[in-house]
Amino acid sequence: MSSPGVYVGAANVIAALMLLLEFGMLRQAVVRDQVRLYAAQSALISVLAVVIAADRDLPDLYALAALSALLKVGAVPLVLRRLLGSPISEQTPGVAGSYTISPASAVLAAIALAAFGFFSFGSLGIHDPEAPATALAIAGAMVFVAFALMIVRRDVASQAIGFFSLENAISLAALVVAAGLPLLLETAFLFDLLLAVVVFGMLIRAHHARAESLSTADLTKLRG
Amino acid sequence: MIGVIAALLAVPLAAGVVCFLVPAKVAAGITVASGVACFGLVLALVPEVAHGTVGYGSYLRADAVSGVFLLATAFLYAAVAVYAVGYLHGRGDKYSRRFYLGFNVFAWAMLAAPLMGSLALLWIAIEVTTVVSALLIAIEDTDGAAEASWKYVLIASAGLGLALLATIFAYYAGAQVLGVHSNLAIGPLLRAGGRLPAAPVRLAFLLAVLGYGTKVGLFPVHTWLPDAHSEAPTPVSALLSGALLATSFYAILRFYQVASAALGTGFPRDTLLAFGIASLLLASLYVFGQRDVKRLLAYSSVEHMGILAIGVSFGAPIALAGVMLHVLAHAAAKGSAFMGAGVFTVKYRTMQMTAMRGGLALLPWSGPLFLASIFALSAFPPSGVFRSEFQIVAGGLASGHYAAAAALVVLVTVAFFGLATSATSMLLTPAPGPAPLPAPSLAAPPGGRQVPDGGGRADQDGAGRADEDGARARGAVLTADAPVRAAPDLARGEPSAWMVVPVLAGVAVLVLLGVHPPADLADLITRAAAQLRGTP
Repeated sequence: MSSPGVYVGAANVIAALMLLLEFGMLRQAVVRDQVRLYAAQSALISVLAVVIAADRDLPDLYALAALSALLKVGAVPLVLRRLLGSPISEQTPGVAGSYTISPASAVLAAIALAAFGFFSFGSLGIHDPEAPATALAIAGAMVFVAFALMIVRRDVASQAIGFFSLENAISLAALVVAAGLPLLLETAFLFDLLLAVVVFGMLIRAHHARAESLSTADLTKLRG
Repeated sequence: MIGVIAALLAVPLAAGVVCFLVPAKVAAGITVASGVACFGLVLALVPEVAHGTVGYGSYLRADAVSGVFLLATAFLYAAVAVYAVGYLHGRGDKYSRRFYLGFNVFAWAMLAAPLMGSLALLWIAIEVTTVVSALLIAIEDTDGAAEASWKYVLIASAGLGLALLATIFAYYAGAQVLGVHSNLAIGPLLRAGGRLPAAPVRLAFLLAVLGYGTKVGLFPVHTWLPDAHSEAPTPVSALLSGALLATSFYAILRFYQVASAALGTGFPRDTLLAFGIASLLLASLYVFGQRDVKRLLAYSSVEHMGILAIGVSFGAPIALAGVMLHVLAHAAAKGSAFMGAGVFTVKYRTMQMTAMRGGLALLPWSGPLFLASIFALSAFPPSGVFRSEFQIVAGGLASGHYAAAAALVVLVTVAFFGLATSATSMLLTPAPGPAPLPAPSLAAPPGGRQVPDGGGRADQDGAGRADEDGARARGAVLTADAPVRAAPDLARGEPSAWMVVPVLAGVAVLVLLGVHPPADLADLITRAAAQLRGTP
């Protein structure tokens, strides 16, 4: 069995770091720090894009890496901070105690889901020599942890960040198996994300103004 | 024809931007003009796409399948634009301008989706519909609207995340055959057909059904739908139900075409059959427990999306033609039913059906039209829904899906009883005598619902508007079973003629579709069904 090349090794390491940051977001109580972890995770995506661009000689990916960094490391966290205002800058009661289950159970459940995602995606049978299968499997794990983040945290900020990190997981999968996707489409995806961020931010802000909390515990009137 | 497509992509967007800048009355006129113009443009496109595919590069594409969905959306856009004139009468200028901006951009995104020639652009268009419609759902600024919009944007966006993953895997599959610079164009993917690798295509299809199925309202990812449909302003509910769900189903159909070409029809059809039966079963049972008229119609939407999925799973030509007709008939029927229900909520100032009594006597036009819409929706002849469901069941029997066809008939009949019981109670039970106006109370009693509809409109005599606006401004809870702040004015008469005409048009279209669809439309449906079976 041959050892992995620089590209495959780098992709796998970056993917593993992204998964660790995903768990960090799941565990982090302060919204401001969750946003920072998201920015760090997004920065890793840009680094991976540069690695792939160099390895596969895909110059479009350099532009994509720059644009992704500009939007997801710069603009999205900035927009979130601006739209959320004061709620994001402090540890609000609605966030710190926002688990639907105990934090330990949440982490254990997320680990189980991550394992499920890892092995599910790992068994897809995608054996392209240019596609690092481990990184793809980790992307699968990240998808499930992002869903866990949206489910186990009962505050609008964490749920939104869970969605944004889900997009990062998909970006990782895209870089691994679809690095050649035309820049035009990748750019459109990114601007679409920015649009979603603005709308999420507006709704979070409206919710905070109405409920004076980020908690979703009171969003239970509509049933049946 | 490329000019027509370009105009379809430009007119609603431009209308939305202009509407935000001009007074509300002008915005209403512009929106109606844009809706009617888009419907005209789609009608001009129909004969062309009924006989061939129109495209511009790999990014814009219109074929017969696109044409069916464009027709459904454009008709509803025009009808609901007219309805909104009456609905928004008396609303503030700022609210109306924001509404018309969102409404037109929402329609633009839904019209753009079937015109996209690439699965990637299709995903982007559907995502735009989500973010715009989430703001429209939240526009009423009530607790219910805030909750519904948050659930909607979160669940739908997560679903679209899965759909994006599906798109990525579709690209991976395409790149194995078409090269790394393929751009997810639908035409080349369909032509690549059986050369596409099976595993990623299978995964892409499954993720697409689950992801886009979230927006379609397929069980078990339908949970946002009743909340959003009931809390949105009625014109938005009509568009959500009649057009947005279908547009999302269109995305599933594109993946279905690719998967059928690559894998054969077995796996895609079985998947759709499972989701379709589960959705139909859930909806037909939930229809019975509803007290809120818009939630009732929302669950009916889940039912009809299940019928579409089942129809595609049957695969027979007549069933696929039935599915295409059902898209059109459901748009007309559900749009009419929501618009009719909106008149009731304005009249009675509640969404609780137990408080809506004597509708046939109080609403001389909307009462019978609402009843006609409900019966049409329940597949009563001679409505288009009857014709389409008949074709789907016939296709099921022809293709040997006896159990599924029987289940379809039974569950549709169950849903019919649920809808018919509620509608006839609203219309035929005599209205109670005038109730005394109780002391004001802002407390929400158990089961109380805020009414997103009705603010700012008055009956023909103008009574009640100030009371209702005041109540809304203070966040009053208007309920069926508990004291209300402003008693409904139960004088005989329609709230607005603008809210009657589009329902009348919808019912007329339903009869036309059921009795004798125009020749060009029949050609369009036949060709669309053939394309779903794999004919280029």
